[in-house]
Amino acid sequence: MRFSALKVFTQGLSGNKGWTPHWRDPEPKAEYDIILIGGGGHGLATAYYLAKNHGMKNIAVLEKGYIGGGNVGRNTTIVRANYFLPGNSEFYSHSLKLWEGLSSDLNYNVMFSQRGLINLFHSDGQRDAFARRGNAMVNQGDDAVLLDPDGVRKHLPYLDFDNGRFPIFGGLYHPRGGTARHDAVAWGYARGADQRGVDLIQNCEVTGIDIENGAVRGVQTSRGPIRAKKVAMVAAGRSGQVAAMAGMRLPVESHVLQAFVTEGLKPCIDHVVSFGMGHFYISQSDKGGLVFGGDLDFYASYGQRGNLPMKEHVMEAAMTLMPMIGKARVVRSWGGIMDMTPDGSPVIDTTDTDGLFVNCGWCYGGFKAVPASGYAYAHLIATGQPHETATGFRLDRFRTGVGLIDEEGTGSQHNLH
Amino acid sequence: MRITCPYCGTRDIREFAYRGAAIDANRPAPDAGAAAWDDFVHLRDNPAGETQDLWYHEGGCSAWVMVTRNTVTHEVLECRAVKP
Ligand SMILES: Cc1cc2nc3c(=O)[nH]c(=O)nc-3n(C[C@H](O)[C@H](O)[C@H](O)COP(=O)(O)OP(=O)(O)OC[C@H]3O[C@@H](n4cnc5c(N)ncnc54)[C@H](O)[C@@H]3O)c2cc1C
Ligand SMILES: [Zn+2]
Repeated sequence: MRFSALKVFTQGLSGNKGWTPHWRDPEPKAEYDIILIGGGGHGLATAYYLAKNHGMKNIAVLEKGYIGGGNVGRNTTIVRANYFLPGNSEFYSHSLKLWEGLSSDLNYNVMFSQRGLINLFHSDGQRDAFARRGNAMVNQGDDAVLLDPDGVRKHLPYLDFDNGRFPIFGGLYHPRGGTARHDAVAWGYARGADQRGVDLIQNCEVTGIDIENGAVRGVQTSRGPIRAKKVAMVAAGRSGQVAAMAGMRLPVESHVLQAFVTEGLKPCIDHVVSFGMGHFYISQSDKGGLVFGGDLDFYASYGQRGNLPMKEHVMEAAMTLMPMIGKARVVRSWGGIMDMTPDGSPVIDTTDTDGLFVNCGWCYGGFKAVPASGYAYAHLIATGQPHETATGFRLDRFRTGVGLIDEEGTGSQHNLH
Repeated sequence: MRITCPYCGTRDIREFAYRGAAIDANRPAPDAGAAAWDDFVHLRDNPAGETQDLWYHEGGCSAWVMVTRNTVTHEVLECRAVKP
């Protein structure tokens, strides 16, 4: 079924009884050409582009839980292309372009809202660093505007500009950045893949990867064995466990990242605001809740919930930046499992096993990457060659030290990103 | 989460800095080669369940503590001093 304004109107007149499920619920077949392990944003987008761009048909996405239950439905939905380093820049630039056409491409409203993102700075040194980053963004063909304090004030009058510890010196404004409805992204890609013949198999946990003579043969699952010519891992926070089934150890440590939402309020925060010095960022959802978060809890965890110290830290940073937030009541907090790499950048690559591919290491920034990651991973799986926007995401960069993508400049070591 | 420092007793995790997986005891020889060093510096078992990691009692006595804990439940099972 294609969605359209007319459809919404006629369905409204007939009691909305004609809507059908967005995707099928098929039984797993005995064999597929391609199996994707993990039905998060990246797995679903990969399936979609395999079918759409490469004409592949016989594909299954195996998801141990339900579609949208992982990080794709737990993140704070920020989309931006403000990266600095080659390797990242061209990739996130491509992703942002895909975001801009996504709702119409998928025929599904992902509520992509380019409300603009403002990164605040609080010192001369930080201003220089952001000016340089802004120039890199412009060189990449994206947009960036350096704002002075008055420029920030026009957009964000509610900030504490003269804060004693973090006075606001200005901000780097990225007008094309914004937010999207995370669930809709998962559902839209799921529906698009399903319509092109991909089997989405939920409640199907992969428990083993079958390898014979150095080539992948299929997988073992909670719903029985399934053969496959190619197997692509894309399990985000669980990447370490899935790779272990293929005898691999990854440069990944899984950490918990928390997020928070307040009760619904009238529109007051029109942009995405990021306060790097306080490890704090915020936006307002279309329902009115203030959605915000901070840094990792900073210990290895699969808990999907965090501890109190980071909650307090985030609340304190919020109060420092915008004292008005003290009147809002937090209604929910949660956590997600982040696949952290030593240099903070991801991996989209082949492995030493024929027909086995790896996509992981999205850290806390993989939502914005969903379209371009699916696009590039599909290209790699279909052609065996990396896509031109994702040539830097090599697994061996850690071993060789060549081509590390350390965006924060803190060093390529676990626990520094 | 609360961690028991062998010298100071049970303390809030705010007092501790996290180092990561407790691999430092198995440091390879300087000439062990790229694969061994890659293994040591980057690759991780990253278990969902029981793990051992190193915490530094930064806000206390500066001891290094080897903590056995569960990464799914956040239970702290055992804490002991790391002997140099
Ligand atoms: C609190 C929070 C805030 C965030 N904010 C942002 C943000 O603002 N902007 C941004 O760009 N990014 C953000 N992120 C990061 C982003 O959400 C992730 O990087 C991204 O969603 C990960 O990719 P995914 O969607 O494919 O992951 P997931 O949705 O987690 O997909 C992985 C799937 O694999 C499945 N799986 C695992 N093991 C198996 C198995 N053995 N068999 C079958 N299936 C399996 C899981 O059930 C899961 O559904 C945030 C994350 C969190 C937690
Ligand atoms: Zn102590």
